[in-house]
Amino acid sequence: MAESPFKADIERVQKEYSEKMTPGAIAYIPGSSVINKTGSWRVFMPEFYRDKCVRCYLCYIYCPEPAIYLDEENYPVFDYDYCKGCGICANECPTDAIVMVRETK
Amino acid sequence: MVVRKPPITTREYWAPGHAACAGCGCATALKLATKAFSEAMEEKYGDPNAFAIAQATGCMEVVSAVFPYTAWKVPWVHVAFENAAAAASGIEAAWKKKGLKGKILAIGGDGGTADIGLQALSGMLERRHNVVYLMYDNEAYMNTGIQRSSSTPYGAWTTTSPPGKYSIGEDKPKKWVALIAAAHQIPYVATASIGNPFDFVRKMKKAAKVDGPAFVQVHCTCPTGWKSPLEKGVEIARLAIETGVWPLFEIENGDFHNIKIQSPGGGAKVKREGGKVVAIEFKKPIEEYLKLQGRFKHLFKQPEAIDQLREQIKAMWKVLGVEVTLPKPEE
Repeated sequence: MAESPFKADIERVQKEYSEKMTPGAIAYIPGSSVINKTGSWRVFMPEFYRDKCVRCYLCYIYCPEPAIYLDEENYPVFDYDYCKGCGICANECPTDAIVMVRETK
Repeated sequence: MVVRKPPITTREYWAPGHAACAGCGCATALKLATKAFSEAMEEKYGDPNAFAIAQATGCMEVVSAVFPYTAWKVPWVHVAFENAAAAASGIEAAWKKKGLKGKILAIGGDGGTADIGLQALSGMLERRHNVVYLMYDNEAYMNTGIQRSSSTPYGAWTTTSPPGKYSIGEDKPKKWVALIAAAHQIPYVATASIGNPFDFVRKMKKAAKVDGPAFVQVHCTCPTGWKSPLEKGVEIARLAIETGVWPLFEIENGDFHNIKIQSPGGGAKVKREGGKVVAIEFKKPIEEYLKLQGRFKHLFKQPEAIDQLREQIKAMWKVLGVEVTLPKPEE
């Protein structure tokens, strides 16, 4: 399983973040928004069928979050911590390898 | 099976966890823009991180920098609504003085560019600062609650242009800032759309590599403000190109006689003369683009307003030197 490209950011913000106000209100940790797990917004979640995927990268390009990253074999990996469930990936997938299903908790 | 390499760098400059609505087209645009920029900087200066961003207030500023967090992984400064271009000019001048290599990206929404920041933008272009200005055009002030901007198209619903008995919604034509920018005779001006991401990335890279100012206007869908389904965001942007609502063009050095026009696709017939596009016959009616969006719903009760919009689109293409035929839907 591939690692998220934001793993280092998540570790850094968990370690370094403090409530103290910075001079000039500088957000000093780049990419620190990764602490907000926006996956909880989701109503529908994308389900990925690896055997149908042709690796066209369209989902990877279009994802606004980005909640899709690539593994070693360049297949998309869905990061459910951040996916807001908009469904653009499923709508644009040319081979229907991504299907939106109702989220079950 | 032959596996192609990813068409764009896998380096990320736009982190998840930002507060943009689900299905935000502008977030896609900024993600692709930063990736394209870093590729261009790597090719030109050998350093993928040789850029900084100055961003005007707007949707993408509000969602990306909720204090104390930031979604950006590049040096980034938020400035007021009107002066993204001015701040970018200042950064560029400082980099020049310090001998730093790289390019500045200024980002503004359509309100921050077409209305409030227009004079700062004009000044920046006229002073020939080495800055790329990216205007993400979602066609209203979405961040403050969907008020009309001068970039709102004819007939669109917004909270300050409500349709009703005496109104058809927004009653003025859209202002094309790309054409205003091109009139400054700057090296590179282009329009792009998230409906054609490869074209957008190519244009961003070209803009980033040009010496001098460049301006890119990118069409982004806003599911909240356009009242469109979340998953149709990219499809709507693509239909805008295919129906002729959104032209894709490039103007270099303000040469209005040699405008490069990209083929819209969607079955449209493009007629060329001497390498120049002179006429386009669109096959998809603009109704296909309008019907997916709640902001144009009222127009279907007033067909003459749609005809008026068609005339305006034709007039826009005429400025680009192209005669277009826009079909009516079959009964």
